[in-house]
Amino acid sequence: MGFNDTGDCIMSSKVAASFVIGFIFAVGLALAGMTLPGKVIGFLDVFGQWDPSLMFVMIGAIGVHAIAYRLIRRRSTPLLDTKFFDPEKTGVTGRLIFGAAIFGIGWGLGGYCPGPAITSLGARLMEPAIFVVAMIAGMILAQLFMTAVSKRKPI
Amino acid sequence: MNSEWLLALVGGAIIGIAASMFLLLNGRIAGVSGILSGIFKNDTMNRGWRIAFVLGLVAGGFVMSLFLPPAFPVDTQKSFTLIAVAGLLVGFGTNLSGGCTSGHGVCGISRLSKRSIVATLTFISAGIVTVALMRWALMTQVTAS
Repeated sequence: MGFNDTGDCIMSSKVAASFVIGFIFAVGLALAGMTLPGKVIGFLDVFGQWDPSLMFVMIGAIGVHAIAYRLIRRRSTPLLDTKFFDPEKTGVTGRLIFGAAIFGIGWGLGGYCPGPAITSLGARLMEPAIFVVAMIAGMILAQLFMTAVSKRKPI
Repeated sequence: MNSEWLLALVGGAIIGIAASMFLLLNGRIAGVSGILSGIFKNDTMNRGWRIAFVLGLVAGGFVMSLFLPPAFPVDTQKSFTLIAVAGLLVGFGTNLSGGCTSGHGVCGISRLSKRSIVATLTFISAGIVTVALMRWALMTQVTAS
């Protein structure tokens, strides 16, 4: 084993970069209070005791990324890959809205969204562990569901 | 501005930096639900960095639980059934809509993607309605007993 091949080297740099970025992401989530389900539910509780603090998470994250995104996209390629991977431009579909609504219901019920739930696994708590297992099951179910639907009629 | 709001702003900025590093280095949207669900797809080429990102999240959570224990909840008041249902819905929903709070909420809105703006408004609204209904159900229960 060794990094004789440039492809291998870039692949392992990508893996290392992803680990470090995941780590930084988790630090941000925990500092921001996103790993406290009670706080998330407090943010969604606009008709009760509304806790606006998570609004500042969005302001901080979007504020930084909106500027950085534009600067980074001046480049023709990213540093560790041959191209930028843009999401498919499928427009606003029923699937998008239906899926987002289902996600929102789960988010309101549990107080966890995917990033903070995975981050909380590191805190060795039972609740996020159950949540993450169920979430992965939900993702696999959605894949099966979409495959079944696409066989019936083209979307 | 109180300290919680300041921490939220700083934490948010760090999330923004992480998402920007991901774009600059790997050229991809830092969407946690997509990165996670991709592990279970038949795409072995991209499995390594996806797993590394998820492990990075867990490692970050572990270190933060040592240095900042109040960042995580202490007691669990919710039933495990409720948590499992919530997880199932979050997994199913984010997969259908192609993103969660990070992919649509942070990255998508930063790019001014119409899809992401619609998705974010939808999941926040659905969350608000869900919490309001739970509050109402809880109050009815208390009043009844």
